[in-house]
Amino acid sequence: MLLGKVFSKPEKGSIYWNLIIEEIYALGIGSLGITAIISLFMGAVITIQTAANIEGSWVPAYTVGYTTREAVIKEFSPTIIALILAGKVGSNIASKIGSMRVTEQIDALVIMGVNAPGYLIFPKIVAAVFINPFLVVISMFLGVGAGYLVSIYSGLLDPSEYIYGITYDFIPFSVTYALIKTVFFAFAITSIPAYHGYYTSGGALEVGKSSTEAVVYSSIVVLLINYILTQLLLI
Amino acid sequence: MIEIKNIEKSFGSNTVLKDISCVFEKGKTNLLIGASGSGKTTITKCIVGLHEVDKGAVLFSGENFSEMNQKQRKEIRKQIGFMFQGSALFDSMSVEENVKFPMVMFSKKTSKEMLDRVNYCLERVGMPNTNKLFPSELSGGMKKRVGIARAIAMNPKYLFCDEPNSGLDPQTSILIDDLINSITVEFDMTTIVVTHDMNSVLEIGDKVFFLYKGEKYWEGDRHDILKTENEELKNFIFASKFIQKLLNN
Repeated sequence: MLLGKVFSKPEKGSIYWNLIIEEIYALGIGSLGITAIISLFMGAVITIQTAANIEGSWVPAYTVGYTTREAVIKEFSPTIIALILAGKVGSNIASKIGSMRVTEQIDALVIMGVNAPGYLIFPKIVAAVFINPFLVVISMFLGVGAGYLVSIYSGLLDPSEYIYGITYDFIPFSVTYALIKTVFFAFAITSIPAYHGYYTSGGALEVGKSSTEAVVYSSIVVLLINYILTQLLLI
Repeated sequence: MIEIKNIEKSFGSNTVLKDISCVFEKGKTNLLIGASGSGKTTITKCIVGLHEVDKGAVLFSGENFSEMNQKQRKEIRKQIGFMFQGSALFDSMSVEENVKFPMVMFSKKTSKEMLDRVNYCLERVGMPNTNKLFPSELSGGMKKRVGIARAIAMNPKYLFCDEPNSGLDPQTSILIDDLINSITVEFDMTTIVVTHDMNSVLEIGDKVFFLYKGEKYWEGDRHDILKTENEELKNFIFASKFIQKLLNN
């Protein structure tokens, strides 16, 4: 029912357009830093662990690059970044909308005749669905790139083997699969916290509770979607 | 004019409003008074549709709001100005953006026309040159005034003020009361003020409705109220020892 209101016809398209741009900046560009840091360390650690595990075995060295690429593109970038954003963006959305609810700002919107769910939630969902795939693509490059830096500076493997590994048997659908997941995750990590924030009642304590619940539920839903989509798209 | 006919409202097993009927006249300041928890705010929220009534009808200039669809309600709501107890200003917007907001959403005015209207409304509430301030930079009284400026920005036919004096010092309370009363007359609005402030009752109560435990116990004007024989109303009015002393002297 709330989603029906969220996606009903906007009062003024230009206002919503401006809000979407603002949200793209707040939710997307504002998350670039944390995405970059996590991706770099994630890629570096996967590379080191894989290299350490296969050291001295019959497994070819390029497997390190191959494993890093597959892990980063198919799983770590879309899913881990979604889980991190569920915490960062999700708590932000739930607490912001929840605070507006308990301070009667949402009632003020309703009385003015504004479609409050549409005005508050629609731009966030659209912005996240649009910008998160870009964040994930950046994360993929940074993760795989961090592995390359490890191969250069750690001495664990030959950088040329790493490059060969990341290009070996590359299936472009892996990226498509990751981006499809990202769109679903983006929808979940904005709509679930928005729902919790919108139906907050009480005061500051309840806003905190809504925020926590929003992060927990959206994280669980991300994991669930991940399982379902993996089953549907890769098997 | 706003009329409510036999409205009832319950939250679970708790009946908050019991068969209440009132006529709120145009061009007058109509006061809903009563102790905390008597149902004053719930009535206003039922009138504007934030709560659905369980029984009865709410009529805006004769049109039954309770039976309207969302689109029709939206049109009525554009004619409503509402000042909340906590002001409900949008934190992320400046004073100017707050007052301009309903116009941005629903009017076809140019930016210049909107700015002129914002400046007029802010001047009217005694807050000129505060356009760039944010709600966090305003005092309680200033927030209430900006709340009123936002409420009148669209030239509403109906104005609701929920506890406009709560948390304010006596002087600012008088200023807010005078402001509400004067804009009611100036714009010929139907104004409903929820209050438990006796100064407001005696100063601006063109029509006063007293609620007690979810029922309407009395109605009249500010001149009648001190002569009432209604026990519950007398207890409410003379609860303050200060007023008792004044009347005894």
